Amino acid sequence: MERITGRQQVTGMLFAGPYILGILAFLALPLTLAAYYSFCNYTLLQSPVWVGLQNYHRLLHDHVFWVSLKNTLVYAAFSVPLTLGASVALAILLNFPLKSQAVYRTVIFLPSLVPAVATALMWQWLYNDRLGLVNHLLAPPLSWLGAMVADVEGLFGAGAKTMAAWRNIAPPAWLNDPRWAMTAVIFLSVWGIGQTVVIFLAGLQDIPRTLYEAAEIDGVSPFGRFLHVTLPMLSPVIFFNLIMGIIGTWQFFDVPYVMTGGGPKRSTTFYTMYLYQAAFTQLRIGAASAMAWIQFLIILVLTGMAFASARKWVHYT
Amino acid sequence: MKLSRRILVHLLLLLICVGFIGPFLWMICTSLKTAKEASHVPLTLLPNGLYLHNYKRVLDNPSFQMMLYARNTLIISVLATLGTVLSSSLAAYSLAKLRWRGRTTIFVIMLLSMMIPFQVTMVPMYREFRAMGMIGTTLPLWLPAFFGAPFFIFLLRQFYLTIPSEMSEAARIDGCSDFGIWWRIILPLSRPALAVVALFSFMGSWNNFIGPLVYLTHEKTFTLALALQFFDSRAGGANYELLMAASTLVILPIVVLFFLTQKTFIQGIATTGLKG
Repeated sequence: MERITGRQQVTGMLFAGPYILGILAFLALPLTLAAYYSFCNYTLLQSPVWVGLQNYHRLLHDHVFWVSLKNTLVYAAFSVPLTLGASVALAILLNFPLKSQAVYRTVIFLPSLVPAVATALMWQWLYNDRLGLVNHLLAPPLSWLGAMVADVEGLFGAGAKTMAAWRNIAPPAWLNDPRWAMTAVIFLSVWGIGQTVVIFLAGLQDIPRTLYEAAEIDGVSPFGRFLHVTLPMLSPVIFFNLIMGIIGTWQFFDVPYVMTGGGPKRSTTFYTMYLYQAAFTQLRIGAASAMAWIQFLIILVLTGMAFASARKWVHYT
Repeated sequence: MKLSRRILVHLLLLLICVGFIGPFLWMICTSLKTAKEASHVPLTLLPNGLYLHNYKRVLDNPSFQMMLYARNTLIISVLATLGTVLSSSLAAYSLAKLRWRGRTTIFVIMLLSMMIPFQVTMVPMYREFRAMGMIGTTLPLWLPAFFGAPFFIFLLRQFYLTIPSEMSEAARIDGCSDFGIWWRIILPLSRPALAVVALFSFMGSWNNFIGPLVYLTHEKTFTLALALQFFDSRAGGANYELLMAASTLVILPIVVLFFLTQKTFIQGIATTGLKG
């Protein structure tokens, strides 16, 4: 190992100096403080009082905590695979050598530029049950389908009541309906996949053409080529986006905060939203800090699991 | 590619694009409707005419001072971008090119810290800024940028590793200091990477919502994103024609910026995903 002179040591630390200070002030100190507060009763107004594990204990019995945890996990379980799948599919479509390719790419990318607040407002309006575009477009085909089902059921001797129910079928009230609000938020996540698509596109372009040509000569079908060339070659990029997706869902705040405020009936209260409310509207700093640490550990475990699984499915060449 | 296949892909993409651009068109259409038109059942897709009065009402609204918020957002974003570019580039140079004990530790900490969402440190950070009397000012929104951002340090470090060391060594022999090497060789050579960092940190700062929500307390200091949310909560889910006009005005500068910097932008995103 080469010797490092005192001068080199000082220069190196000086250049990294601002960042080292940043680590201390904006990472180490907050994490330590959060750990300390999580064992305290603290409202920001008086100094913290040590209460041991009370905050954690109370969270275990806090209904809203569990609801927010469940909501976040449900959202992650659906939106991460959905956005990954949709992004790969779109990237493949956008990779076809077409004349208007650039236009398509720009259009797909545009939504990911929009500030989350504006996205939330736009979709609040789109999902409006009476005046929204979504239901306006959904209603005609849905009632047509309902009428058809009613007719078919009529042939099999269904009661007038079931038939009427099918005939009067209407689109859901989305954000005003606790059963549909989460679905609406999950669908919305697909709209913002532009950045992921661009990353996948770059990944696709890095796959050597010769691999496809060799597979074609061997008589592999297009689907086989996708399965045995594209997917394995793309797996490091899929892995990267999976990690980003996992971290992203635990950061998810702006859109539901503005669009639904966590409702109706807490159906879209996400973990970080409850953390924010606990800290800044209820001034339960101790509980919020405990939640922050729990969140940190969950992310560590989830990304750790993703890394452990990577050995089985990620191909590095 | 066969013609039939080509037509199929075109059709698919066209359909998808309609879905992606539809919300924008709907927003603009709504912003051009009168209040009566916007809440009329059954709803009409296109506005009756170009009714620009909503935009005038948003811009003239004394409790929604668009220009002031735009100025606030611009100042915060420019300062944050400047801070991020400077500090991240210095740290990245140190991690990529300088030899000192502890740099591996710092690098590992940096990698790990990329996994920590803002919300985890949000509460104690608030406490820190409160102790320094900065709550209600814009300082917490740009001051930390001067102390490095892990993701951008990582990005720049990867880029600096590709710059041959012979260049800096030659300059060193000619009597150039480390600061001189960074300023005269590394910075000019890394212009494309710096542009990516600048653009991303500018966008991140411009679109940031939770930061201003936590730290800003006076309407005079609000950013566009926060003001838009405030505008919405005061409207109480009504007057969508005004809300859509305000949203259009907030989105417009970013879209313009995107079209001006499209190439840097797309290349930037592509490389951020691959170097990982």
